[in-house]
Order: sequence, then C-alpha cells, then structure tokens
Amino acid sequence: MLFSIFAILTVAGAVAAMSFRNLVHSVLALTFAFAGLAAIYLLLGAQFVGLAQILVYVGAVAILIVFAVLLTRDDGTAPRSILSSSWKESAVVVLLVFGVLAWTISRSLVFGQGGGSLPRDVSMQEIGNALMQRFALPLEIVGALLTVAMIGAVTIAVNEKEERR
Amino acid sequence: MGDAADQFFVNLLHRAVGTLPAGLRPILSSLISVVAILSVFAFLFAVTTVLERKGLGRIQNRYGPNRVGPLGFLQPIADGIKSLTKEDIVPHSADRVVHFLAPLVLVFAAFSLYAVLPIGRNMVLADLNAGVLFFFAVSSVMELTIFMAGWSSRNKYSLLGAMRAIAQMISYEVPLILSSVTVVMAAGSLSTVDIVEKQAEYTGFFPHWFVFTPWGFAGFLLFLIAATAESNRSPFDLPEGESEIVAGYYTEYSGFKFALFFLGEYLGLFAISGLGITLFLGGWAAPFSFLTWVPSYLWFFAKLILLIALFIWVRGTLPRLRMDQLMNFAWKFMLPMALLNLVTTAVWHFLAQGVVRWVVCILMIVVAYVLLGRSLMHGSRLEKRVYRFAE
Amino acid sequence: MTSLAGCLLLSAILFAVGLAGALVRRSAILVLIGIELMLNAANLNFIAFWRYGPNPEALTGMMFVIFSIGVAAAEAAVGLALIIFLYRNKRTTDIDRVNSMRG
Repeated sequence: MLFSIFAILTVAGAVAAMSFRNLVHSVLALTFAFAGLAAIYLLLGAQFVGLAQILVYVGAVAILIVFAVLLTRDDGTAPRSILSSSWKESAVVVLLVFGVLAWTISRSLVFGQGGGSLPRDVSMQEIGNALMQRFALPLEIVGALLTVAMIGAVTIAVNEKEERR
Repeated sequence: MGDAADQFFVNLLHRAVGTLPAGLRPILSSLISVVAILSVFAFLFAVTTVLERKGLGRIQNRYGPNRVGPLGFLQPIADGIKSLTKEDIVPHSADRVVHFLAPLVLVFAAFSLYAVLPIGRNMVLADLNAGVLFFFAVSSVMELTIFMAGWSSRNKYSLLGAMRAIAQMISYEVPLILSSVTVVMAAGSLSTVDIVEKQAEYTGFFPHWFVFTPWGFAGFLLFLIAATAESNRSPFDLPEGESEIVAGYYTEYSGFKFALFFLGEYLGLFAISGLGITLFLGGWAAPFSFLTWVPSYLWFFAKLILLIALFIWVRGTLPRLRMDQLMNFAWKFMLPMALLNLVTTAVWHFLAQGVVRWVVCILMIVVAYVLLGRSLMHGSRLEKRVYRFAE
Repeated sequence: MTSLAGCLLLSAILFAVGLAGALVRRSAILVLIGIELMLNAANLNFIAFWRYGPNPEALTGMMFVIFSIGVAAAEAAVGLALIIFLYRNKRTTDIDRVNSMRG
C-alpha cells in the first residue's frame, strides 16, 4: 500500500516534470520524482542505493540541471509552443514502446511470483566487500570515467575569453 | 547510581510507553523521541541566538542584548513574538508555491538530520546501517531549498546570493565527506552508533577519540572548516553577508518565514556540529576514564556547546572571504589535504602501534600542509599587523 | 498483481514518460531530463529484480545500480556542458532551431 502511494507520487512528479512550461518548475518536479524513487528503493530494502540516489540525484544532478537552466535562459520573447515539431510521430512511438513493455510484463511468468520479504538486511560491510573484491575493476573504471567526464565537461563549457582578443 | 542517571531518559521512555497497548509501542516511542528532539534543539536554538549576540557583542567591545529579562536571556521570546506578528510580505511577481515551500522543506530536512545522532548511550532515534550516508544525503537536500528560496523571490540579489551559496556548499561538501570517510575507514562502519562505540574505550586515562590521532586531528580541522562553509557562517557567509548583498537569498522573506530560515540554518549548524562530535570527538564518551560517572548526554551537550562557542568566536574574529578566495581554498587546498588525510589514515592503520606511525603520519600531514600552503600564497608573505588609529 | 510486477510496471510507465518528454519537448534541457528519468526507470528495474529475483545475496543488481547512478551523474554533467556550449554559439536551446547541418 505504501508502495502504491510512492508510485503514484513518483509518476505524478515525472509527468509534471515533462509538462511544465517553466523549466525550473520542471526541475523541481523531477526532484520530487527522484525523491519518490528513493523512497521506493528504501521500501525494497536497498538502503545504500536509496540514500545514494538522494545524495547524487537530488543533491547533485538536480542542482546541475538548475545551473544549466539559469545559464541558458531564453528571455521568453516568442510565445512558442512547448512541443517540438515532430511531436505527433513521437507520441505514437512512445505509446508503442509502452505497449510493448506492458504486454511483455503481463505475459511473462513474473505475474505469478515475487513478493516475499528479504531474507536478511544487506549490511554495508557486504557492499564494501563486493566493491573491493568482486567489483573492483568496474569501480576503477567508473572512477576513471568520472574523472574523464569532469575534465571533458569543464573543457567544453569553459568560457574561452583569452582567445578573443 | 551512574548507570541510572545515564539511562534516565531511556528508562523514562520505556516506562511511559509500557503503559500503552503493545501494538502502538514502537510508533509512540518514536513519536515521543521526536517530540523530545524537537523541543530540546529548538530550546538550544533560542539560547544560542542570545549567546551569539552577546558573545559577538563582547568580542566587538560592546554589550549584546541586555534589556529583556535577566542579562538579556529572555531575548528569544521577544524575537519570537516579533517575527510571528510581523506582516508576511510576498513580492508580487514571486513564485508563491516555491516561495512558501522553501523554508518548510529546509526546516523539515534540518530536523531529520538529528535522527542519526547518538545523543547518549542507547539514545539514538534511528540506528541506521548507513547513518553517516543518511546525514549527507539529507544535508544535500538543504542546498536545493536554498536555491528554491533565492529563485522564487524574483530578485537579482536573492538569485545571486542563492547561486553563490549553492556553489559554496557543493564545493565544501567534498572535503566534508572525504574527512568523514577517514573516520568511516578507521571505525569500519557507516553507523554512527558503531563509530561512537569505537571511541568509547580508554587506554589508562586517555580516550580513544579519533581527534587524538594525527589523521583525526587534521580531519577534524578540515571538517570544522567545511562545516562552517556548509552552514554559510562567517568567514564563509558571502551569500548572506549583511553588508554585501542585503540579505542574500532570504531578502524577500519576512516575519515567520524568515524565522523559519533562521531556525533551519541554526539547526543545520547544530546537526553538523553533532556529527563532528560523533565522528571525531567521541560522541557521548567522557574525556577521561575517571569521569564516566557523568551521564553521557551531558557530555554530548557540553561538547556541542563548546563547538557552538567556537563557531561564534570564529564568526566574531575572522574577516569574510571573497567568493574566489573561498572557491580556491576549497578546491586547491582542502581537497588535496582531505585526500592526503585519507592516505594517512590508511598508513596509520597498516603500521604497527608505536612511535613510528605517529612520526610518519605527522610528517606526512605537516609537510603537505606547509608545501601546499606555500605554493598557494603566490609569494606574498604574512607580516606583523600595523595598527593605525585616528589621532 | 504481485510486487515484482508492480515495480516493473512502474518502471515501464516512468520509462515511457521519460521517453515522451525527451521526444516531444522542444528544449534541449528537457530532453536531458527525460533521459535521466529513463535511466532511473532502468535502475528501478534492476533493483526490483535484485530484490525479488532468485539470488539477492549476490548483490549484483544493487552494484549495477550504484555504478549506474555514478555514470548517470557523469553523463548529465557532460550533456549539460554540451547544452551550455550550444547555447553560447546559437543563443537558443530550442532543438528545432539547431539545424545548420541539415542536408
């Protein structure tokens, strides 16, 4: 029951995020959707992931998007439509995709199973062990990826005032 | 005798909840604990506002508030009545929903930080497996509320103040988390209760607090500086500097909402001090083994008041940092020091006990500090201060 | 409907909403927001299968999601840097206006 409440809140936040005209409102609704998802992760027993979701998505990605919105502000001169020029075809594609996914879920064996409680809580030591032993290579690769992404983002977005003399 | 006084509130809670039906007991126990936390820390906030104003006044060679009540200690009541009865002005073009929500979410987030702080032995509201992570996750929500406050006011100064505040907070979050990670490495657990239990042992007289190790001391200093920046306090209060940018991101707030922001900010300060005490200063543990008869919660609050006094002292003494100085300090000095601190913690853990590891770790930290400091000063030197008085 | 099916359905709905936002809206930043929603929907899928699947002790689903969150944050940073750069050159984030390479 708690899951349904959080699910409805998350979907409401996501739909609101996609339909607001004002970009900052859209980002705030997206943050709400992220928080709803974090609550669902906590309900499913994935404590570390739920808290990491709040820390990374709400605390960093949302703020990043907000900064980008403020740096690329249109002065709202022409009251254009908020929909792109190919929205009708896109809507058809989206409905198709959702139809296929929902049909797959309903026809799969999944409908009969699942729903028990976790045998025991996952402790942080287990996650740490897994990260250091079994998943050590992905950890190092993600570290390198984050470094490269950071350097790349700064290089792309830096204001090159020195060149225009 | 010592144990009864120590567990006084825990036993009181058990007895109060035991008189009620068994099904409701966990919810009621949590509810009573939540009410207790709310009232204790709200009272501490009230006392701190007076202490801060009087302390700052004395540092600046003047009296603080001394009219309301004996020595001015009923000033918070006067302040509360004033802020509750002031007219709530919302600018015409402000975004009403976001403007209203920002202080609420801030206070809600600030209060939920106390759920993982162990205030005494067995006195933690939620013994989460990942308590430290929960703390940092919730404190990152507070940054978004500051943006909401600044942006919804549709005021250039508010927005500028909010942007500065967010840039500062996300920059200082990195050394804050890195210095906490050293403690997590040493204690082997993310749970705040476990971290305090690790520090509650004694060798002879001296406690095993993490601040009494080289990496712990450096980590504690980094943590304190980053905590000052996270709470937007002097010398990092450029986003809300009174003489700089009117009132920064809460320029357009008046009356009760302003009081809520004030409350949220101070609560955040107490919470981060509480976390610093839990991680480095041994939480509720007594400083010497012959002092363990004093109840644990008294030690926690004594350390908390000490840290608050330290923050007030620093606020009254140091000048404000400029934005670029602030960011340089975070990224070019504190981040390398925090990373080096991490390595030093590992070295400490793997060397054998004795003088060698003390010498090696102290050398690592001091040499890095001197070299980094010198390279960042760009050749300017500190000279003896020359006072010029008006004739 | 069991909990696993509920989670998967929620994940499918979120994916569809994210896809709709990414394809239908005009602003480049909203495309990125849609992509983030789609990534979140996929993460939810992983966590659901980790929890209700045959082997929750192996922690594989949870680990994948931890890495996915990290990679998504990096991708958001680079994507937004690209949008800012685009804005600086074209003065607009409207993706229908960015058609100077159209053949």
